[in-house]
Amino acid sequence: MLTLLFDGIAYGMLLFVLAVGLAVTLGLMNFINLAHGAFAMAGGYITVLLMNRLGVPFLLCLPLAFLGAAAIGAVLEPLLYRRMYAKPHLDQVLFSIGLVFIAVTAVDYFVGGVQQNIQVPAWLQGRFDISWVGIGKYRLFIIVVCALLTLALQAVLTRTRFGAQLRAAVDDPRVAGGLGLNVNRIFLLTFAVGSGLAGLGGALGAEVLGLDPTFPLKFMIYFLIVCSVGGTTTITGPLLAALLLGIADVAGKYYVPKLGAFIVYTLMIVILMIRPQGLFARAGGGK
Amino acid sequence: MSAAEDGLKRAARWRWWEGALLLALLLSWALLPSHALLLNEIAILALFAVSLDLILGYAGIVSLGHAAFFGFGAYTAALFAKLVMPDPWVGMLAAIGLTAALGAVCSLLILRGTDLTRLMVTLGVASILYELANKLDWLTGGADGLQGVVMGPLLTPFGRFEFDLYGRTAYAYTLFVLIVCLFIGRTLVHSPFGYSLQALRDNRLRTASIGLSVNARLVAVYTVAAAMAGAAGALLAQTSGFASLDVFDFHRSAEVLLVLVIGGTGYLYGGIFGAVVFKLLHDLISAWTPQYWNFWLGIFLVVLVLVGREKLIRPRTWFKRS
Amino acid sequence: MSEVVLETRGLLKRFGGITPTNDVSITVEKGARRALIGPNGAGKTTLINLLTGVLEPTAGTIWLDGADITQLAPHQRVRRGVVRTFQINQLFNALTPLQSLALSVSAQLGIGGQWWKRLGTDPRVAPRCDTLLRQFRLDDVADQQVQHLAYGKRRLLEIATALACEPRVLLLDEPVAGVPEGEREEIFDIINALPAEVSVLLIEHDMDLVFNFASSVTVLVNGAVFAEGSVEAVSNDPRVKAVYLGESLDKSEHG
Repeated sequence: MLTLLFDGIAYGMLLFVLAVGLAVTLGLMNFINLAHGAFAMAGGYITVLLMNRLGVPFLLCLPLAFLGAAAIGAVLEPLLYRRMYAKPHLDQVLFSIGLVFIAVTAVDYFVGGVQQNIQVPAWLQGRFDISWVGIGKYRLFIIVVCALLTLALQAVLTRTRFGAQLRAAVDDPRVAGGLGLNVNRIFLLTFAVGSGLAGLGGALGAEVLGLDPTFPLKFMIYFLIVCSVGGTTTITGPLLAALLLGIADVAGKYYVPKLGAFIVYTLMIVILMIRPQGLFARAGGGK
Repeated sequence: MSAAEDGLKRAARWRWWEGALLLALLLSWALLPSHALLLNEIAILALFAVSLDLILGYAGIVSLGHAAFFGFGAYTAALFAKLVMPDPWVGMLAAIGLTAALGAVCSLLILRGTDLTRLMVTLGVASILYELANKLDWLTGGADGLQGVVMGPLLTPFGRFEFDLYGRTAYAYTLFVLIVCLFIGRTLVHSPFGYSLQALRDNRLRTASIGLSVNARLVAVYTVAAAMAGAAGALLAQTSGFASLDVFDFHRSAEVLLVLVIGGTGYLYGGIFGAVVFKLLHDLISAWTPQYWNFWLGIFLVVLVLVGREKLIRPRTWFKRS
Repeated sequence: MSEVVLETRGLLKRFGGITPTNDVSITVEKGARRALIGPNGAGKTTLINLLTGVLEPTAGTIWLDGADITQLAPHQRVRRGVVRTFQINQLFNALTPLQSLALSVSAQLGIGGQWWKRLGTDPRVAPRCDTLLRQFRLDDVADQQVQHLAYGKRRLLEIATALACEPRVLLLDEPVAGVPEGEREEIFDIINALPAEVSVLLIEHDMDLVFNFASSVTVLVNGAVFAEGSVEAVSNDPRVKAVYLGESLDKSEHG
């Protein structure tokens, strides 16, 4: 049972890293980016290609996946996304669905639709067995990496000037702009970093979640759950929501495999009905 | 006749193109018998899109899960034919009734919250139904779908008609349901209720401030739209003899959204024009690149939105209600 | 004319550490012409929001004709005759003035939910729309979409919409906000011509208008009732003058 908890936490931390960029984009630009999963997929495929075709070691692939996805994000933001911020939500939804379709079919065309496999380095394979708990080494690795990333994010947000600027811009972009903050630059950097984190999550998660061209569509709803349940005004909200989701999903699939993801969806709807602004959002905040 | 009376009467008057459209629909059955199967598909998609227009174009609710009702109607009709009786009319009524009930229940979920919350909830409901249909395979056939739905003959005042392989009976049946729904929809949108939906879309606060219950309206329109989508789904199951999981799929919800956007929202007939254009585009592009239809769909969506939905459908503004 | 129509008892609203409405108990009598004034941030709009049900009070009650309406939803209060206008126009942009008014009139008649008959079939609707359109000089733009109308016309429509609801208590939130000088009088003529039985509560900053229109004044400061009484009494109250920091309430010095 504790093993389940551990696996759930690992899954949850992974979901958090994958979804945090989306949460910040949503909170900052009020933009519903359904294509966020495509950046995760990009990170995953970059890793696969680097490892399998060029023999790049796994650990090196992780920052490269981050940079690759961040670069794509940095290009797309000013080119395409920026024009969409003022548009109604319907248009944003249509736009990001379009991007997902493009990304999914492009990957299918160039790399094929087969699920990709990553050979995780030997020192991360296997597990420790401590009393009743089976701790998979890879999952432990995921937890450690994600925890470090979370702490780094929190530090950047609360201790750096950029973090303060970002928080100001999330609170009220017009006022922030009026105060002389370069809101465009903040958006660009935030979007790039968020996409980069998704890419990193995709690379980390390829082994655990499975990587194929349908990844963005399969996991889109999970990312959105993290954002809508966790709220978009804090970092801890999505973190807790992701952990909750991860544990619920793992436990649900183990104890009631017949119902599968049904439990997660129902839980989400119930939570959103009780607190439409999300379980952990600041009261009265968020949009 | 006072100016106000005249103005209000004019708004509801039948336009020439509405009559022309109805005529075209009827003629299409009479004059294009060899295309009945394709036309049937278009008409079903059109009805599905028109139902979405009620909640999206008129009430302003962005739903990514409208396929929930389409699929529910399809499975209900299919199961009804298999387990209760194969009469198409009774099955249709059953599907409409049950889907309306589902719609009424689900409408409670979209009353509160932001656009994102609504998006998630609608997506969630469709996903739940998909999962249920998948897992309850003893009832629904699971991933293989519900096969072998044999419909009884269509009993009409003009006689008994078996569903034939060429789809002529099917198309006539579908057209009938579509036209009835259009008439109902038209009555609805020109009524005080219909205008209050537009008011709700434009300004919820003001709608409440003139004494109208926003929640009651949301429940009502969502129920009606669900019933109509359920009818479309039932038509699909009944005329194709089969129901499969993809009726609940996200692709369906995304597709119908696009169909409506192509045809134009908020004037009731956008679903029909959109369905025609969409199906033709689909067949054209699929013939050219069969696997990568979604790619061109994606490009189209991105371009459509960047250019601006209004600009692309500008010619349609002649058809828009003033 | 001293029959009390609207009353609040200890109305309190607190959120996030601030108290925009602090133990407000006011009575509005039938046929009142009351101005609600106070410095910016005094809580005037919050009070209106509480009265109309847009905000829920933390404590206190609201009474209409001796009945407790504190639990009623906003649209229910409108049906009972508590109608407001908004400081920032809240209109139906895609509809025309004719359609907006027809809908409001239909709502007031109780047929806003009818779905089987065309809007305006009821013989009572069109004549009332005609009257309102003429009264508010909207007849020349009656068939244009609201989003294309000039600001002055939109403001007129804002007030016309409220009147279409046949209010018993009319809450006007800065009705001439943003309206050019020349057009203000038009609006105030209409407000002055309201039936005597309608009780009007007016939030206003322009003291000329307050003097011309109101017979009594309630002054709100920091969410609480600071002073109340006839226009002359309040305008001569030295405490009130001090609160406005030297801004003279005396008509002749108004700038």
